[in-house]
Amino acid sequence: MNLVTFSGPPSSGKTAVILKTIEAIQQRGLKVGVVKFDCLYTDDDELYRKAGVPVKKGLSGSLCPDHYFVSNIEEVVQWGKERDLDLLITESAGLCNRCSPYIKDIKAICVIDNLSGINTPKKIGPMLKTADIVVITKGDIVSQAEREVFASRVSTVNPDAMVMNVNGLTGQGAFEFSTLLYDEEDHIETVTGKKLRFSMPSAMCSYCLGETRIGKEHQLGNVRKIELGDE
Amino acid sequence: MISKDKLKNLSINEIIEKYPYTEGFFEDQKLAVDDKDKSLKEIFSELTIEEMEDVVFDLDQFAGSLTSHIRNMQEFLGENDSIVGTLSIVAGKDKDGEWENYEKLDIKSGEIISIVGPTGSGKSRLLADIEWTAQGDTPTERQILINDEVPDKKWRFTGGKKLVAQLSQNMNFVMDLSVMEFLNLHAESRLIDNQEDVVERIFKEANQLAGEQFGRETQITSLSGGQSRALMIADTAILSSSPIILIDEIENAGINREKALELLVGEEKIVLMATHDPILALMGDKRIIINNGGIKDIIETTGEEKELMKELKVLDKVMTDLRDDLRYGNNLSRISDELAEIKTA
Ligand SMILES: Nc1nc2c(ncn2[C@@H]2O[C@H](COP(=O)(O)OP(=O)(O)OP(=O)(O)O)[C@@H](O)[C@H]2O)c(=O)[nH]1
Ligand SMILES: Nc1ncnc2c1ncn2[C@@H]1O[C@H](COP(=O)(O)OP(=O)(O)O)[C@@H](O)[C@H]1O
Ligand SMILES: [Mg+2]
Ligand SMILES: [Mg+2]
Ligand SMILES: [Zn+2]
Ligand SMILES: [Zn+2]
Repeated sequence: MNLVTFSGPPSSGKTAVILKTIEAIQQRGLKVGVVKFDCLYTDDDELYRKAGVPVKKGLSGSLCPDHYFVSNIEEVVQWGKERDLDLLITESAGLCNRCSPYIKDIKAICVIDNLSGINTPKKIGPMLKTADIVVITKGDIVSQAEREVFASRVSTVNPDAMVMNVNGLTGQGAFEFSTLLYDEEDHIETVTGKKLRFSMPSAMCSYCLGETRIGKEHQLGNVRKIELGDE
Repeated sequence: MISKDKLKNLSINEIIEKYPYTEGFFEDQKLAVDDKDKSLKEIFSELTIEEMEDVVFDLDQFAGSLTSHIRNMQEFLGENDSIVGTLSIVAGKDKDGEWENYEKLDIKSGEIISIVGPTGSGKSRLLADIEWTAQGDTPTERQILINDEVPDKKWRFTGGKKLVAQLSQNMNFVMDLSVMEFLNLHAESRLIDNQEDVVERIFKEANQLAGEQFGRETQITSLSGGQSRALMIADTAILSSSPIILIDEIENAGINREKALELLVGEEKIVLMATHDPILALMGDKRIIINNGGIKDIIETTGEEKELMKELKVLDKVMTDLRDDLRYGNNLSRISDELAEIKTA
């Protein structure tokens, strides 16, 4: 089985791109399944189910979805293996700009859209910086110039990534993208022992751990103070 | 080629002096630099935990990323290798697996090719084959050659330089910028020398293509459909790094279509356009007929068709004038008795 991890900001087109890509991969006779990680709510599982794709979802609640991802990925891999999948895709809501669910030696894909603004690439941190492939969506609604400027910003933030345009609506580029996802030589039995590409925040703050009271004496761990200055 | 280890020992100022485009890189990477005369090594050794988290990479990864950026930019600036003299499409198979009945179609820079065929016939697939520089690895099994050679894989994956630029009907501007701010932003990302002249030229050309004039300070999001497309076309012709331009259905564009095409091919680009508009289709040097996923025929525009073009332009002018009359509140008058006698039902 191959394992591929997708992440990217909310509504950037992850599900749309994955669905179009799965169409192309299924035509090669391969069996694909998806697990979606989100915080509070998602109906992506319905979309995958409608397309006949085996799917599971996991909601992290008030936890960072990427922390939740690493705590569960081994079980998810075993789920995929039990179902004899050739390709297991995970889709993570990139809600936390501090973390990313990417694992060393496991293909990592970031989906980001042209509408999100040209400063987004530098805002979203490890999710973009440490991806192998960056897929840019929604090129159909912006001008050629905006596409060029956006793609060049993406490349500046992650100069080692392959950068591709895929249209989540028409599927333009999805066939081409699909050829990069599956490798016959790859066999993942387990991810136990593998490492994250980027360590999750070195310490949690007290609020991560359930503190609700406001005030200095309640702030423990990783606390950063805002700089308001004198002006 | 610069080595990663050498970079680690250079100061930010030294790196920027040698590779000016790295200034934006340091900004976008969010590396906290208090003194640009310090070396990368020193800067990294002094980062706090939070600053380390901001920059994501450690010294070695950062230097590696910087090396890749410099390599990308050097490639991007080396315009010579991106000149596309000839684009060739080598025959593949249609949806039934039958070989297409031509061998190889060569398209030279400055040529305009129209692509016609019913919906679902494979026009977009052909355009996608070109964009991907297909090597028998798409459903059509076609092969794309550039200057008679198998193209470098970089065309598929780089963020900076794509083989193909696209113009289509439903494109909009989404940035909150004025016309001039927008053009300057695009020009900056291309790292061109004579930015001011180029930007001014695009502005003028765009206004010549547009039916209605617009100003330098106009917000691009408030341009009309025709003005937007005029600006997009002029900008793509003059500033896009891509040697090939794909146009997907730009009829009813509210712009001077003939001038627009002239501008594009005048910049030595190859233009491929999927269209159902006879005027646009006949502006092509050739047209590709697509059906059932395959290229069925390649037709050179005939002498009679060139003559027909004159008549079509008259019809087009009549319609444009009527639209203008409507817009300015005039009463419309009849055109000719001959026309009135033609039965349309
Ligand atoms: N115009 C256009 N719309 C797109 C494109 N890709 C996705 N969309 C639309 O964008 C919206 C969000 O797409 P999704 O695929 O649900 O995005 P997502 O990243 O999976 O969203 P979450 O999982 O909720 O974070 C949907 O309405 C899609 O139809 C594209 O290339 N062009
Ligand atoms: N030669 C071919 N072999 C197999 N499938 C093809 C071929 N040509 C086109 N297709 C498929 O047919 C569908 C319709 O083609 P498309 O290019 O979108 O048509 P158009 O743009 O003309 O409406 C697409 O899914 C495309 O991948
Ligand atoms: Mg989704
Ligand atoms: Mg089409
Ligand atoms: Zn997190
Ligand atoms: Zn916290």
